[in-house]
Amino acid sequence: MALFEFLKGKRTQDVSKDHVRQTDRGFLVFENTSEVIQAENLLKQSGRVIRVMGPPPEIRQGCDLVIEFPLIEELQILRVLELEKLPPLKVVPVTSPLLQPVDIFHVKDYGRYIMVRAANMKLTVDRETNKIVNISGGGCPDVPFLAASMVGKALADAPSPREIGHTLCGYALQLAYEEVQRRCSV
Amino acid sequence: MLCVAGTIPEDSFPLVEGDVELIGERLQIGSSAVAVNRGTAALLAAAATAAAVLRQPPPFAYLVGDTGTGTGSERLYRHMNDVLPQRSFQTITFHYLQPMIEWHKRLHVMIGKLNPRPYLIADAGFMYAAKMSGEAYLYDLFTPDVGELAFLADEEAPHPFYTRGFILHEENRVPDLIARAYKHHNAARYLLVKGEKDYLADEKGILETVDDPVEEVLEAIGGTGDTLTGLVSVMIDAGMNVREAAVAAMQVNRMAGKVAKPTPATQIEEIIRCIPSALRDVLGEEVLNSLRREKASS
Repeated sequence: MALFEFLKGKRTQDVSKDHVRQTDRGFLVFENTSEVIQAENLLKQSGRVIRVMGPPPEIRQGCDLVIEFPLIEELQILRVLELEKLPPLKVVPVTSPLLQPVDIFHVKDYGRYIMVRAANMKLTVDRETNKIVNISGGGCPDVPFLAASMVGKALADAPSPREIGHTLCGYALQLAYEEVQRRCSV
Repeated sequence: MLCVAGTIPEDSFPLVEGDVELIGERLQIGSSAVAVNRGTAALLAAAATAAAVLRQPPPFAYLVGDTGTGTGSERLYRHMNDVLPQRSFQTITFHYLQPMIEWHKRLHVMIGKLNPRPYLIADAGFMYAAKMSGEAYLYDLFTPDVGELAFLADEEAPHPFYTRGFILHEENRVPDLIARAYKHHNAARYLLVKGEKDYLADEKGILETVDDPVEEVLEAIGGTGDTLTGLVSVMIDAGMNVREAAVAAMQVNRMAGKVAKPTPATQIEEIIRCIPSALRDVLGEEVLNSLRREKASS
């Protein structure tokens, strides 16, 4: 319903025309409008606070629409969409839509242990046992929860941040986790 | 008195407030007990330990359960907005809270009316909220690690996850990152940067650097940044000026880390246990006694 209200003439919501700085919001970009409608329904049914918008010029492809959402909830929103096989084409911050998620990993070799940092999250694994021995960094409340759930478990047995995390810190930890897995499986 | 606001990683943990005691390996606040692992519990454990050595009052905490959904954090923002006007804290340290710009702004409207204004310290998610709100300048001290400093230095990034690569590559250029954070007004009055070297800086540049003792593995141990934030919070609240407090906290945290003989698998509780002896070594009996006398006469 909200989508159709938007289509009926709420073009003034187009973010390219307002200068409100919404630094805590992100856009979900989909293949087509039909997917936007499905995703909107799905996310609203799951209780998410979202709205349909016109995309900013940097990512506009035509008569397309995007869904605006609380950026910090990116990981849990992606999980809802992926469960329904409706992943977005991309996710971008509202205020800087050309920004990309971090893709640089800093690796520290402590001999028996290896630490991988992605953005603000660090994950350390014992190479001999393949156990996660520490998680550090981060600032969102799921970080201590993820640490409590993952530390002490083998990489193969630990729940992944993608499964149980909620925030962008959780997402950064997922990237570190994947990078550690890649390095420890070689 | 020092107040700490943060979260505990259990959804069932209630919203609680009160003095915090470290009893054995657990924090006690009212009738609730919390394991000390990392996050706000580690900060509080370090703060309670240091406060006991310095004979300061125990830290007062506002805590709530939150595993990342933000539900608990929102309750805590709302609660603090309601109750802080009736309280008087000399220092407030905001820690692991879901970054929520709207609530951050509301809290600051309320804090702006407090008289006297408390000394404001932010770390973790609350520091992210301060930067995202464009209100970093309202704080006296931020305590980022290097990854978080890169986020503060990136005027475009809404969260560390989106820090641009060319800035992340500057890991070894902490002074440049500090300058960039101040240039774009994304730093507090002081920055205490935790890393291989610890720094205290203000808008004019680096004020202090501490790089001894060296324990490279501390970076891997979850909670070592939290303990440093807890230590500096207690020392500032005890009456030390920010420069003395930052240097002492950086040295104590490093010393406690060294005494614990850590490996990358060491857990933070083992380091917290070493804080009392590290405090005595770093500050010496003379300074400890003067802080205690100051407290007794106040």
